[in-house]
Amino acid sequence: MLSGLFSFGFMINAFLATTAVALVAGPVGYVLVLRQQSFAGHALSHVGFTGATGAVLLGLPPLWGLVGMTLLAGLAMGLLGERLAGRDVAIGLVLALSLGLGLLFLHFFTAYASQATALLFGNVFGVDRPTLLTLAGLGLVTLAGLAAIARPLLFASLQPELAEARGVPVRLVSVLFLGLVALATAGCAQIIGVLLVFTLMVAPAATAQRLSGRLGIGVGMALSAALALLQGWGGLVLAYETDWPASFWITALSGACYGLALLRRPFRSRRRGPDPLPAR
Amino acid sequence: MTDAVLFDGVRLEHPGGRVVLSGVDLRIPAGAFVGLLGANGAGKTTLMRAILGLLPPRAGSIALFGRRAARGSNLVGYMPQMRAALSVSLSGRALVSAAVNGRRWGTALPVASRRREVDRVLELVGAEALASRPLDELSGGERQRLLLAQCLIGDPRLLLLDEPLNSLDPSRQAELVALVRRLQREHGITVLFSAHELNPLLGALDQVLYLAGGHAALGSVDSVVTSETLSRLYGAPIEVIRSGGRIFVLPGAPGLERAA
Ligand SMILES: Nc1ncnc2c1ncn2[C@@H]1O[C@H](COP(=O)(O)OP(=O)(O)OP(=O)(O)O)[C@@H](O)[C@H]1O
Ligand SMILES: [Mg+2]
Repeated sequence: MLSGLFSFGFMINAFLATTAVALVAGPVGYVLVLRQQSFAGHALSHVGFTGATGAVLLGLPPLWGLVGMTLLAGLAMGLLGERLAGRDVAIGLVLALSLGLGLLFLHFFTAYASQATALLFGNVFGVDRPTLLTLAGLGLVTLAGLAAIARPLLFASLQPELAEARGVPVRLVSVLFLGLVALATAGCAQIIGVLLVFTLMVAPAATAQRLSGRLGIGVGMALSAALALLQGWGGLVLAYETDWPASFWITALSGACYGLALLRRPFRSRRRGPDPLPAR
Repeated sequence: MTDAVLFDGVRLEHPGGRVVLSGVDLRIPAGAFVGLLGANGAGKTTLMRAILGLLPPRAGSIALFGRRAARGSNLVGYMPQMRAALSVSLSGRALVSAAVNGRRWGTALPVASRRREVDRVLELVGAEALASRPLDELSGGERQRLLLAQCLIGDPRLLLLDEPLNSLDPSRQAELVALVRRLQREHGITVLFSAHELNPLLGALDQVLYLAGGHAALGSVDSVVTSETLSRLYGAPIEVIRSGGRIFVLPGAPGLERAA
């Protein structure tokens, strides 16, 4: 019954686009979770919504607005550093404001109601050739960037003070990383929608982290990419079979995988290190 | 032999303008085990950050082994004061190996030289078995040993250990002090070891560096930890009681009843 799956051009595009996005979201998300910045990543996608709707308003391709705005916001967030990136309230506000602004932009373009749904919840079957190429290009750039900063990034994520003392430009690394998160987020938003970016960026990464703790960071990142890929593909197949939205299936699969990972090792309350000192 | 650490008229200020230490002159000889003591906020961490080159002195100069202290020096190993971080489900080995050439751009590949360096430091602290377990399952003392291994990466000649005894029970404290003492002896490493309590360190110390009231006093335990020196340092009466091989530092005027 799956035989007809690849007889449609849009289906092939959807698979290729999901592949390009998942292979990036997996490893970038892994580091995002390691740095406990997943909420920041979530907010970035919402800023992307403002960018996309703003671009539509200006007659530009929404993907450009999406990429441009998330990148800008990511770099800004990195520059503001801990003052913003670690603050739930500030991030939550940015998130809400972005959605509000996006809504306002859409209001001027009532004809784009379906576009709003596509932006918010994704439209993987609507990916055309140029979009696919853009996504692949974005993915390559992001992965190359991650490979270029991986070592100091991981060191600074695990042991910021030690890394700083050893000469790692901690601030620069964190700005660059949020830039990469922004690019990865923009890609994810194209597939699964800005509201559900968490599903591809964070869920596979968190699952991988639970499963691969003993095996090292490299294995964890690879596993995270593999999970994102399988969940993405699985979502497409199930959507094809059921005619339900692919985004729903991807969230369901990633939630199920995370749930299974939780079962594998009983959940313990996280032990906080003793003497939690306020940042200098 | 050059001194491991040389402070010459050093004044340390935080960016906000808060003066933490001023007019500090000290010479820590290479190979010494120095206990760094002082109350909360006395400036222990600040002093270490200055030695690391992260907080350049406002006045005076700091030299390490005859060279001006600068950020990113390979001569110095650092174990930061424990923060709430590190409760990740990642193996100890992954944590330790993140520090190997950690400042170099690019991606760290699992090459043999990297593995050897990690094995070497794990063996130094006897943490080979711990290294395969997830960090968030380790006890405080076990984690501390891994962090010690991590700061030995690159074979530093000076170790700055910021309150490594926090949250350890007395026997683990003694173990860790003995371990650091052994490393210091066998490898000729200079150690600056900060703590709130003097007693766990007593058997290991060559010298004690006391911080109080913006000033510092360095010397043997017998010369520094006295009612006279500490009262001068704090600018307030301090009582020092020696009893059964242990030393108690108490606020209060000498001559008051010794009930504590
Ligand atoms: N980044 C900073 N900006 C301004 N003041 C700071 C900063 N960091 C520390 N201080 C101040 O400098 C003083 C010394 O702080 P420091 O952290 O060095 O003390 P400490 O001896 O390590 O204390 P503890 O035993 O609590 O670790 C304190 O009064 C503190 O408030
Ligand atoms: Mg301190």
